Amino acid sequence: MGVIKVLTGNYSASEGAALCRPDLIAAYPITPQSSVVEYLAGKVHNGVLDSNLVQVESEHSAMSVVEGAAYAGGRVFTATSAQGLALMYEPYFRMATLRLPMVMAIATREMTSPETIWSGQQDAMSVRDAGWIQMFCDDNQEITDMVIQAYKIAEDEGVLIPVNVCYDGFYSSHLTTGVDLPLQEEVDAFLPPVHFNHATLDPDHPISLDPMTPGNLLMKYRRSHLEAMKRVPEVVDRIDKEFGDKFGRYYGGMISEYRIEDAEIVIITVGGMTGAGMDAVDAARENGIKAGLVKLRFTRPFPAARVAKALEGKKAFAVIDRSVCFGWSCGPMYMETKASLADAADQYCHFSAIGGLGGADISTDMIYSTIQKLEDNKETKTELETQWYITE
Amino acid sequence: MAMKEIRLHGRGGQGAVKAAQLVVRAAVTGGKQAQFIPFFGVERKGSPVFGYLRVADEPIRRKTQIYTPDMLLILDDSLVMLPETYAGLKEGGVIIINSTKSAEELNIPQQAGTVAEVDATAIAEKHLGRNIPNTTILGAFGKVSDLVDTETLFSTIEEIFGKENRKCAEEAYEAVTIIRK
Repeated sequence: MGVIKVLTGNYSASEGAALCRPDLIAAYPITPQSSVVEYLAGKVHNGVLDSNLVQVESEHSAMSVVEGAAYAGGRVFTATSAQGLALMYEPYFRMATLRLPMVMAIATREMTSPETIWSGQQDAMSVRDAGWIQMFCDDNQEITDMVIQAYKIAEDEGVLIPVNVCYDGFYSSHLTTGVDLPLQEEVDAFLPPVHFNHATLDPDHPISLDPMTPGNLLMKYRRSHLEAMKRVPEVVDRIDKEFGDKFGRYYGGMISEYRIEDAEIVIITVGGMTGAGMDAVDAARENGIKAGLVKLRFTRPFPAARVAKALEGKKAFAVIDRSVCFGWSCGPMYMETKASLADAADQYCHFSAIGGLGGADISTDMIYSTIQKLEDNKETKTELETQWYITE
Repeated sequence: MAMKEIRLHGRGGQGAVKAAQLVVRAAVTGGKQAQFIPFFGVERKGSPVFGYLRVADEPIRRKTQIYTPDMLLILDDSLVMLPETYAGLKEGGVIIINSTKSAEELNIPQQAGTVAEVDATAIAEKHLGRNIPNTTILGAFGKVSDLVDTETLFSTIEEIFGKENRKCAEEAYEAVTIIRK
């Protein structure tokens, strides 16, 4: 049994990170993430958390500092958003391809330009091919729980890949609600201290790590990275069960499903829009529409097999993205959902819905309109134009 | 109890966000479900600030803006000039406003039910020496609504902001007037 605390989404991430006893935390402030690390700094200052807190002058330095500490065998944490993530891209990619496990929270934010500081998932989506595992949370409870699970996933010896725990800027990062906070001793029992078998940086025994690597050997590393990614779904399922058995909360692994069994039409969501999506599904059911919902919990690796199975025998689906896929005139998760169906996509009516960019809301009514459009076209087996949630 | 949706309207620096977070804390302490999402425009003192507060018995899933509020909590009566302030108020919806003006002057919309008024600015200035009317207007909220237990609300105010703020809320609880029923 945990203790109920009233927390913002950002503080939910901080509390989750603190319970994992990171050896080192480094971050640079950026809206809407800043309070994640402010809160942790407070804990370190008050002596509640025994972590090294390094103040840096940029996100590039933040990621470089945690990279060094992870190289030396430590458990590390940082958080960022949008332009901060863009600035740290170089060490960000390197963190994953060095196969150093860590957890970074992303309070997702629209990318500039046009100038904006508000919500959107374009930042995290833009780096989905940088070698990290990426997952998106719906509510504050899931943020805390997934930061804890993410360390266990990242540090699994069959994985050794860093994890982004993403949640929507403002709509989740600044949302205040009650969270059932696990107790320290429970988390200690769930997540043992970090231990690596790989070569580590040690000033007393200097060695050179990550030297120039010729193509053939580099490809072996890449192949090994992709193979580790393939093992992730199984590890996520195992850890979801282990966590659920211990804390009483199961999340469904790579995806979660809502009222899907007898559904004819399915909406697919990412992140904090899921709650409104479930309310829209309930409203549609009351009006006799057989609607259901699939939430993409993990986007890297993409849960292709689970998504294809969930859609089996359904008539129509739409994927709602809070970001765009330049080059495909649709949302990125729509494109990837279609890819996981391959030729079977022709068996459905389907389309991409895009909304919530630059801080705009994705309302229950907007999602309902998508459900209605699917219902009206469910027998057509055609791809419809991208639906934009733009209000005039 | 079905979910109740409350929209807050204030100006940067008036403490609307902190007030709503206090309500969430008091509701959760009382075993209810509650959620608050602030909506910032450009972050500077004096600019309009919105907030979306929900209280329910069952878990609250949606994390969206509020379009058809059951209640409006208005911390600054100059905001009634903006069309978005009264927009979407439900038939019979409650308005709690920091003001000394008449219902006519406030342009209270037709569909409003109970309209409660308190001079929260004067009370806050008396006890705190500054126009931070957030904890004061919560006293009026405690009187008019039964969404959270009043004593829990007041003790939460005292726990987070101290005795003077509790006095603000207590005085507003007594001073609030119903200008339309």
